[in-house]
Amino acid sequence: MSTTAPPAPKRDDAPAQLRSWHHPQLPRRSGLAALVIAVVLTSALHAGIGLALVPAILAGWAVVVIGLPVLSYAVEGRRKAFDRLITVIVSSAFALAMIPLVSILWTVLKNGLPVLTPEFFSYSMRNVVGEGGGIYHAIWGTVLITAATAVMSVPLGLLTAIYLVEYGGDGRLAKTIRFLVDVMTGIPSIVAGLFAYALFVVFFGPGVRMGIAGAVALTVLMTPVVVRSSEEMLQLVPNELREAAYALGVPRWRTIVKVVLPTAMAGLVTGITLAVARVIGETAPLLITVGITDSTNFNLFDGRMATLPVFTYSSIMSPGVPPEPSIARAWGAALVLMLIVMVLNLVARLVTYFFSPKDKR
Amino acid sequence: MSMRSVLRDSVPTTAARTTSATAADGPASRRPAIGIDVEDLDIYYGDVHAVRGITLAIQAQSVTSIIGPSGCGKSTFLRSLNRMHEVAPGARVEGTVRVDGRDLYAPGVDPVLVRREIGMVFQRPNPFPTMSIKDNVLAGVRLNGTRLKKDEADTIAERSLRGANLWDEVKDRLNRPGAGLSGGQQQRLCIARAIAVEPQVLLMDEPCSALDPISTSAIEDLIGQLKDEYTIVIVTHNMQQAARVSDETAFFNLAGVGEPGQLIESGPTTKIFSNPDNPSTEAYITGRFG
Ligand SMILES: Nc1ncnc2c1ncn2[C@@H]1O[C@H](COP(=O)(O)OP(=O)(O)OP(=O)(O)O)[C@@H](O)[C@H]1O
Ligand SMILES: [Mg+2]
Repeated sequence: MSTTAPPAPKRDDAPAQLRSWHHPQLPRRSGLAALVIAVVLTSALHAGIGLALVPAILAGWAVVVIGLPVLSYAVEGRRKAFDRLITVIVSSAFALAMIPLVSILWTVLKNGLPVLTPEFFSYSMRNVVGEGGGIYHAIWGTVLITAATAVMSVPLGLLTAIYLVEYGGDGRLAKTIRFLVDVMTGIPSIVAGLFAYALFVVFFGPGVRMGIAGAVALTVLMTPVVVRSSEEMLQLVPNELREAAYALGVPRWRTIVKVVLPTAMAGLVTGITLAVARVIGETAPLLITVGITDSTNFNLFDGRMATLPVFTYSSIMSPGVPPEPSIARAWGAALVLMLIVMVLNLVARLVTYFFSPKDKR
Repeated sequence: MSMRSVLRDSVPTTAARTTSATAADGPASRRPAIGIDVEDLDIYYGDVHAVRGITLAIQAQSVTSIIGPSGCGKSTFLRSLNRMHEVAPGARVEGTVRVDGRDLYAPGVDPVLVRREIGMVFQRPNPFPTMSIKDNVLAGVRLNGTRLKKDEADTIAERSLRGANLWDEVKDRLNRPGAGLSGGQQQRLCIARAIAVEPQVLLMDEPCSALDPISTSAIEDLIGQLKDEYTIVIVTHNMQQAARVSDETAFFNLAGVGEPGQLIESGPTTKIFSNPDNPSTEAYITGRFG
């Protein structure tokens, strides 16, 4: 045997041939150090020698993105250097993506916060000229129209998703529905608005404005989102659970209602909440179908209503004289809209937490 | 159709359930024995011919084990015995299966009613993740629309969990999630869930394949007890297990690569394991192939 395998090492000298696991490394916090150097360099260039901010940042960034990998290559070798290069690039992309987000948040908070007084929440714009007034009417409009939208599109979307996952399979009808839902997802919101407007004109004549028309327009936008997210969530429910129920002699619809839906509940609620968040800020379709008004209107079926996005739009576009109070109110309304979306997301998180299948506890 | 009404009539009512809850404690059971007669059964998945020409008589109130190499159609055959097979898209069956003389595949037979009478335990434990231990046990009864009073529910849960040898381990945490149990406990929970609806027949597809020897032996003991009341068909890859628990054994094999699975031979377990008629059975049992 030993003759057929000449390089076979003898057992006792094996340890001497083991390769070392040690390799020179940069100090543990060298990434952080590089960041500090970049910041120092950038500020020195910007404040010290008066370079403009953007070139200064670029210069600082370039030093890190080139310097760290080069240094690492010299000390740690190729693989680690490549790792550091990719790490720097990925982190930079993340930072870049955060800039608009933080800047939007910051701008809206800065301009909107001073406006948020109790009066702002409890007054409408009826008979208000210049200072004062509030978004009471617009908050109610947004809440009512969005609620009506959800009432229409959640059952529609959820039932469609149930059909697709539980009954449709790969049949032709299911494929057609999936295709149409995809097409619907791509409908521009202004087109949805025009559709709803045209539909209501058929029944109520030209110039019709009512909350429910806006809700119909938003339903066109929201339903495909609900279908898609619910479909994905239902598909995540393991088939074994359905089979377990069938094997107990549970009919299909009961299996869906009592096993599949509860198991997917957390995901379904999250998906629906995100879909609501998606349509709550729509402006164009509401501008066409609901319009804007200064007074509070609780009736979805009669006349114009104010909504937060349209209120923001019209406050900016036709501020009146002097324009400042109106523009401030627009920021306030935008902030409130953002807060509503945040609260919705928070609620979705909580629901996910409380409804998700409880295992090891 | 008369078949259908026969099936429906024998679904135990709540009243029957409660009485048998007490009756089940005695050794002699008054439940009707149900045997299964399979005649020339062909099973397909769309174009795939999975199983061919099975003719097999499964005795009432006994344990029949099905053995054979992987892919020979054991699970497929088992699932055709309570019409779970047709859950797969494109799946169909030719031939006849008679359960106590009633044709399982006659037109008008409602698979839902069939499955209430012929329960199933799967290879991988699959408790409902949203339900507590107790709710899992009662799932079959509740999901079928029966409203249970609290003491009725407690009785059924305790009887089924005792039946599955799980009661002592979980009696203090009946309201904890079922998914929080160990794998072996989950499998016994699934057995408890299956027997809570009081089926006549229990089909088990490799119920011990994910379990340790202790849980396995707990389940084997359980099978020994259950056969006084139920007709049991068990698929297993474990020869010793088949020899230990079953009265009858059926050996399935593939006719060749890409060919459908077939029944090679069946008979009393002692005979199949000591002097089988077919050489391939002997080869499989002694571990010379497969
Ligand atoms: N859903 C399905 N669609 C198509 N073919 C299938 C499907 N399920 C099983 N088959 C095929 O049917 C044949 C029998 O499969 P089956 O699961 O019954 O084997 P088995 O004997 O239970 O094997 P194992 O011991 O590995 O569980 C196999 O060739 C398999 O590929
Ligand atoms: Mg199998």
